[in-house]
Amino acid sequence: MTYALETRGLDKHFGGLHVTRDLSLQIRPGARHALIGPNGAGKTTVINQLTGVLEPSAGRILLEGQDITDLPVHKRVLRGLSRTFQINQLYPDLTPLETIGLAVSERLGGGGNWWRRMGTRDDINAEIAETLERFRLLDVMNDRTSTLPYGKQRLLEIAVAIAAKPRVLLLDEPAAGVPEGERKDILAAVAALPREVTVLLIEHDMDLVFSFADRISVLVSGALLVEGAPDEVARDPQVKAVYLGEAA
Amino acid sequence: MTTNAQTEVGFHARQHGRWHWSEFAFWIVVLAVGLAFPSRYLIMTEILRLALFALSLDLILGYAGIVSLGHAAFFGVGAYCAGLLSVHGLINEPVLALIVAGLAATVLGFATSFLVIRGVDLTRLMVTLGIALLMEALAERFSNITGGTDGLQGIDIQPIFGVFAFDMFGRTGFFYSLAVLFVLFLLARVIVHSPFGLSLRAIKNNPLRASAIGIPVNKRLIAIYTVAAFYAGIAGALFTQTTALASLDVFSFERSADLVLLLVIGGSGYLYGGLIGAAVFRMLQELFQWITPQYWMFWIGLVLVVIVLVGRHRIHAYALWLPNLILNQIAGRKAAVVLTDNEAP
Repeated sequence: MTYALETRGLDKHFGGLHVTRDLSLQIRPGARHALIGPNGAGKTTVINQLTGVLEPSAGRILLEGQDITDLPVHKRVLRGLSRTFQINQLYPDLTPLETIGLAVSERLGGGGNWWRRMGTRDDINAEIAETLERFRLLDVMNDRTSTLPYGKQRLLEIAVAIAAKPRVLLLDEPAAGVPEGERKDILAAVAALPREVTVLLIEHDMDLVFSFADRISVLVSGALLVEGAPDEVARDPQVKAVYLGEAA
Repeated sequence: MTTNAQTEVGFHARQHGRWHWSEFAFWIVVLAVGLAFPSRYLIMTEILRLALFALSLDLILGYAGIVSLGHAAFFGVGAYCAGLLSVHGLINEPVLALIVAGLAATVLGFATSFLVIRGVDLTRLMVTLGIALLMEALAERFSNITGGTDGLQGIDIQPIFGVFAFDMFGRTGFFYSLAVLFVLFLLARVIVHSPFGLSLRAIKNNPLRASAIGIPVNKRLIAIYTVAAFYAGIAGALFTQTTALASLDVFSFERSADLVLLLVIGGSGYLYGGLIGAAVFRMLQELFQWITPQYWMFWIGLVLVVIVLVGRHRIHAYALWLPNLILNQIAGRKAAVVLTDNEAP
């Protein structure tokens, strides 16, 4: 079986610090897979290696059976692997329209075009409109991103990742820092992701994890502790020990 | 519904690149000033050259966020190339020579772009400065080609298209420079309002996010740096063609540094900053040199400090207060001159 995303013996050192230990993950196509673990377990480091921001010390990364370990960040995106960031990574001076427009242009192959004006391709405009509408950003599409409320910025963060039409989407704590009132928009956006998109979710919020995921991997100190269906993981004594130990 | 949204999206996406009437006004004023002061062609030509040179820096600094203290490297290559083409009679037609000189600078720009795109602002400042110093030293070392400290001797620029000869009042030189600036400005305007241009602004805002949506960051930076080198090369070649001079100071540090100053004055990231900055900077220089020939640098320095402290937005608002007041009386409350502009470099 070809996995949507797979790591084989992934390993990462920062000097003497061993942050990812022989990690082998298999994520099935269409899965709603969650990667959880206590603070400092190395979850974001794993994401950064998957997306190419960090280079692994050892091991391979496969996207739909193809080795992408040595590809730069932007080429992985064009192969169908996209992500959101734990801390918003947006363009403060650009508008949501421009932000989404860039992502769509880049994917449809118009991103390097220097002689055509923005907004003159109907296929691109249609997709921008569709994405903005889906994430309820149409009414603020001409505002500078830095002036948007945090919840809207968070939605834009997810919208940008979706605009790249990923086949595998990595969500790094999508609801982090979002006030209670705006939370349901984020959760709805996450729940409404098309079924054919494989999702790897990193999250602290256990309610979100257990309502969303159909498979859970628990990471502790950079190594895989347990993997299984949500109810198995919830019952697992090792996981309980880690989380209760963490809470105490 | 969706089609409505699509039309709306298209409309607003194109909005940014649409010609504002104040832009037409700007160019009409430039042309009018050119026609109104026939005795000032030399200094006006100088401003146009400086404006083109500043436009070049604005492309990389204002849009892509690449700082440079060595932009004179490309200016100098363009200048010497235009001079050598003329001295050796290789290409006698000025426009053709101008393009070839620009391309020579482009080659250097492409070759050095790989050094510049690495690293952060401070390393970029040092690397660009280093490249300009290297070029200056090379020009001095190979004095048999460049004429060394004496400058290039025997530059004689032929008539443009074999028709328009350069006159001693600088009339031809002025309109030639204006035409070149306008054409290259139009090209720059197309570039910055394209998806490519927008991706540069994205890279300047957040390179991490830019690469995470599939933008090949390094490739884009190399491309715009190379284009900017072409612009700077053309500005250098214009210098040689309109003054019949090419000496070592085309590579000088002051030339690169002045450029950053005038982008601070005019603002970066909206294309007109370099043009306005060039005019204001050169006029201030003239004014202060006339008032106090010895200490004019002091006053230029003071003006810069004030600009940075007060903020360009507020100064623009003050400067536009009177024209807006008059416009309001004539055209009603809504009319206003607005400068759209990003933050200072």
